[in-house]
Amino acid sequence: MNKRRNEIILPEDQLRADLRLRTRRSFLIGGIAAVAGTGAYTWLRHQPREAYLAWPERRVLAVNAKIAEAYVSDHHLMPEYSLQDVRYLKPNGDIGLDDDLNDSPWQVTVKTGNGAPDVKVSLQDIKAMPKVDQVTRFCCIEGWSVVSYFSGPRFSDFTRKYFPPGQALPKYVYMATPSGEYYVGLDMKSAMHPQTLLAYEKDGKPLDDDHGAPLRLVIPVKYGIKNIKRIGMIQYTDKKPADYWANDGYDWFAGL
Amino acid sequence: MEKLKLKHLRAIRWFHWINFPLLGLMIWSGLLIYWAYDPYHLGPIHFFPDWFYSALNIPQRLADGMGQHFFFAWLFTINGVLYVAYTLISGEWRLLVPRSFSAFRDAWHVVLYDLHVRKEIPPQEKYNAAQQITYTAIILMGIGSVLTGLAIYKPAQLNWLAALFGGYSMARLIHFSLTIGYVAFFVVHIAQVIRAGWNNFRSMVIGYELVKDHE
Repeated sequence: MNKRRNEIILPEDQLRADLRLRTRRSFLIGGIAAVAGTGAYTWLRHQPREAYLAWPERRVLAVNAKIAEAYVSDHHLMPEYSLQDVRYLKPNGDIGLDDDLNDSPWQVTVKTGNGAPDVKVSLQDIKAMPKVDQVTRFCCIEGWSVVSYFSGPRFSDFTRKYFPPGQALPKYVYMATPSGEYYVGLDMKSAMHPQTLLAYEKDGKPLDDDHGAPLRLVIPVKYGIKNIKRIGMIQYTDKKPADYWANDGYDWFAGL
Repeated sequence: MEKLKLKHLRAIRWFHWINFPLLGLMIWSGLLIYWAYDPYHLGPIHFFPDWFYSALNIPQRLADGMGQHFFFAWLFTINGVLYVAYTLISGEWRLLVPRSFSAFRDAWHVVLYDLHVRKEIPPQEKYNAAQQITYTAIILMGIGSVLTGLAIYKPAQLNWLAALFGGYSMARLIHFSLTIGYVAFFVVHIAQVIRAGWNNFRSMVIGYELVKDHE
């Protein structure tokens, strides 16, 4: 009965009985499968939440991130465009932009860890580094994207200058606005990607407040939420840093 | 005299019925994501009007949608890959894939037949030409959805893939259009299933169809 047969030829009444049996059995199995599937989905949706998402969803996002991070390479670049392609960039987020600047004039506090004292870096110091003009697509996690033009040194150059030489780079970078209202966590590979800039200019002019004056992160290999504005603190750390939007249900990695 | 004839192999029935809720969940979580940026129009038709979103409780669920979309994408893709692999290994693909250009003419004749314009249906094996084209197209659409999905998910790491689809924005539009395509497919599919009747529907569950024995 279980063996696959291409045709079943039986006397009329036996054929009807066979068909009834098959129908009953298959619909019963189908019904059980449907209940099991619905149950599995209900189970998933009612699991304890980790930062707003059911933990299995979090776990899968982490697996996806692990695969993606392993594939991140300095040779995988966001396409670059010409200046004519630049369009209006909506200043979407203003969290942390009310923060007073730490110091006047502004300085960013750099924490390299291992008991080393904090380093204060001024805008002058940043401007003294090799400047990169970059026209890339800025991708918002909402789904829109726009070609934008920012300038500043590569974060990798900044790290080479301010992170103690001879020490292994830790796994993560944490950045926060001066009062810590907005903050992002980054994997080191993405932070050190050649397109990741510490930008102080947009469209060839100093950043305005809406776009994160005086210094912001431009990291085209991440969604906009990771492109933190008005950086007050940069910390190198081996502990996976907190992230503003990851706390609200978004993917911590948020890589493109 | 009647007999039972095997129509749908067991594995194919399972793939089909597993795909149904998975595709449904992909469309649903996709809607939760799409809401956050919904620029697409077809003439005066906006995808989607506010009443549509609010009726389905879609607004403000982007993170929820992404959490589900990138969870079920695995299951949807694995099921799809297994289905294609199975049709290739079992040889079923020979019945599912149109094997000559005359299939397009035949498919048109099937449509006319279904619309009661033509009296005769072209000769066929298990699936008529219109079915072959549709069931092949839906697989190509599935592959397209996975690839455009990957292109939007990782446009930097897979920049060549995004470029293949005309860039990030175009890949998103294609990804969305394919989804509308599934909905259109679903409407026609359901109509055809209803038209074909219980015996046909039952065969997608039990495998066998009751047919007249001509021998």
